[in-house]
Amino acid sequence: MQLIQLIIDGVASGCIYGLVALGFVLIYKATETINFAQGDILMLGAFVAFSLIGVLGMDYIMGFALTVVIIAVFGFFLDSVVVRQIIGQPPFATVMLTIGIGFILRGFASIYWGTDIFSFSTPFSGKITEFNGLIISYVNLSIIIGTVILVLVLYLFFTFSRIGVAMRASSENQLAAYYMGIPVKFIFSLIWSISAATAAIAGVLLAPITLVDTSISLIGLKAFAAAVLGGFGSIPGAIVGGIIIGIVEQLCGTYENYLFEGIREISAYLVLILTLIIYPRGLFSDKAEVKKV
Amino acid sequence: MRFIFKTNYAQDINIARHSGDRFWYSLLIILMLAMPLLIDDFYLGEISYVCILAIAGIGLMILSGYTGLASLGHAAFLGIGAYTHAFLLTNGIPFFASIPIVVIVSFMVGALIGIPILRLTGMYLAIATLALCFIAEHVFIKWEHFTGGNRGMPVPQPEIMGMSFYDSATFYYVCLAFLILSMFAAINILRSPTGRAFVAIRDSEIAAQSLGVNLGLYKALSFAISGAFTGLAGALLAHYIGYLAPDIFNIFLSLTLLLLIVVGGMGSLHGTVFGAIFVGYLPQLIAICRDYLPSSIGSQPGLEPMLFGLILVLFILYEPLGIYGRWVKVKLFFQLFPTYKKQTFKKQKVFTKSDRV
Repeated sequence: MQLIQLIIDGVASGCIYGLVALGFVLIYKATETINFAQGDILMLGAFVAFSLIGVLGMDYIMGFALTVVIIAVFGFFLDSVVVRQIIGQPPFATVMLTIGIGFILRGFASIYWGTDIFSFSTPFSGKITEFNGLIISYVNLSIIIGTVILVLVLYLFFTFSRIGVAMRASSENQLAAYYMGIPVKFIFSLIWSISAATAAIAGVLLAPITLVDTSISLIGLKAFAAAVLGGFGSIPGAIVGGIIIGIVEQLCGTYENYLFEGIREISAYLVLILTLIIYPRGLFSDKAEVKKV
Repeated sequence: MRFIFKTNYAQDINIARHSGDRFWYSLLIILMLAMPLLIDDFYLGEISYVCILAIAGIGLMILSGYTGLASLGHAAFLGIGAYTHAFLLTNGIPFFASIPIVVIVSFMVGALIGIPILRLTGMYLAIATLALCFIAEHVFIKWEHFTGGNRGMPVPQPEIMGMSFYDSATFYYVCLAFLILSMFAAINILRSPTGRAFVAIRDSEIAAQSLGVNLGLYKALSFAISGAFTGLAGALLAHYIGYLAPDIFNIFLSLTLLLLIVVGGMGSLHGTVFGAIFVGYLPQLIAICRDYLPSSIGSQPGLEPMLFGLILVLFILYEPLGIYGRWVKVKLFFQLFPTYKKQTFKKQKVFTKSDRV
């Protein structure tokens, strides 16, 4: 029973990793760049939600929606103004650029909001439900349900809407998509905005658990592990990878005494390195194997 | 403008291209040697720190600037170097025996980590080294027997030839000597077939492979050499800091090193020194900026990472060749005076090379 309890908690935190990883994957699939600032966008989302809900006293649902819109617009302009300029330069430049952007965001947050730890009230805070002796908090439940809804919406969007199909086409082959009259640059910026919105949603859902401060941007790094485990470039892979990382972390934390002390904090990174060494293509990779030397 | 008329192959790989180089670099070395007579003890310490940063920069430059592999985990090597050195000194090994051991240990660790990880390309490598940095920081905290854990670890200050490291002039000379040595070592590695193989890998892996470069071997070698230089810098850094704590060797330090090579200029050894001067004096620069800003912004702790990120972004966008690249441009402008063309340094557009097969 304790095991199931642990797994449920793990799934909840894993969903957050999965959502952030989803952001990486969307951008990677489309533009073959990795956005190292994803975690910082999540942090920004949580802070904006805090400002709207906690400070301005907005309704939770309204605040949530407005946060997502604000961050999505931010993501759009981040791509169309800054990141697009270095297309065609080696991957190193993109890595450095997005890291730099991450630092700017983190610095900005700590200047604007300060380094204190904030929280805001949500309809889920402090409520729990019992089911067959399992204790599930409403916060965890909201995260899991939120993730399921979001994934479903994204799935429908990519399968049935015109823009979604255009996005898939641009990811598949930029040149061919361009010939078909798809505005590829605009589509790429839209993908950045969707990815930023996903991070913002993860940030708002996460806020009741970790509270809001600048250190939550580190979640972005753990989400790398999720994305790599799922096979960078696969959307279901990102979610499943995230959930696995979440469960592994919970289990490592509980059975720390049997392993070695402090394994919880680095378990995600260990999984990441082991995946890269043993099975670098990841669990769900639909493309050919990661190029090996 | 000086044209060099080459009459034999050896001229191609001369360290000094012509007599002008020899003159100016000798002058520079003499100036550096005379430094303790010219300036105050405090500034001498600063310059020692710049030397240490430059050595670490050489390490990362060989990996990133010359082999084209991004590493976000070089703070781990600084940490390994620093802790190994401190551990050896504590156990009574003399300074000059400890340094080679540190270099060998860092080299081995670099090779060990490099062999499995370097089969990955581009961004995967960046992610893996990032993870490595966190794991290393954690190991420094938890392996208390070796590192003293969170309590930290004092670094013994040895004496060489009767002069203590507490004397900033002595320490300055030690750092300078190691910087010059590292510089020569790096120049020599880079003009040897090994170095040429690194550059070939950076420019095109496929072309390098077709010319018979063993990619896995040379990438691992590059990682190991890079680790060795950075480990050496770590050993000197241990003396500079005086008291080691695990949180010094965090991700921020890795990124500082990356900032160093980007600002200095990717793919040039001059760049490491320019970058080291920049990064070494950045905190002072920021402190000056704070005075001019309104106190509500100026006193914020977040200012430093923000400026740090801003500088990184601006350099990547507007001057990817860094300070050294700018210097080359300015020099060429005066050499060609009325006929300088901006297009000489126009960035060549490369179509995105797909990782997908």
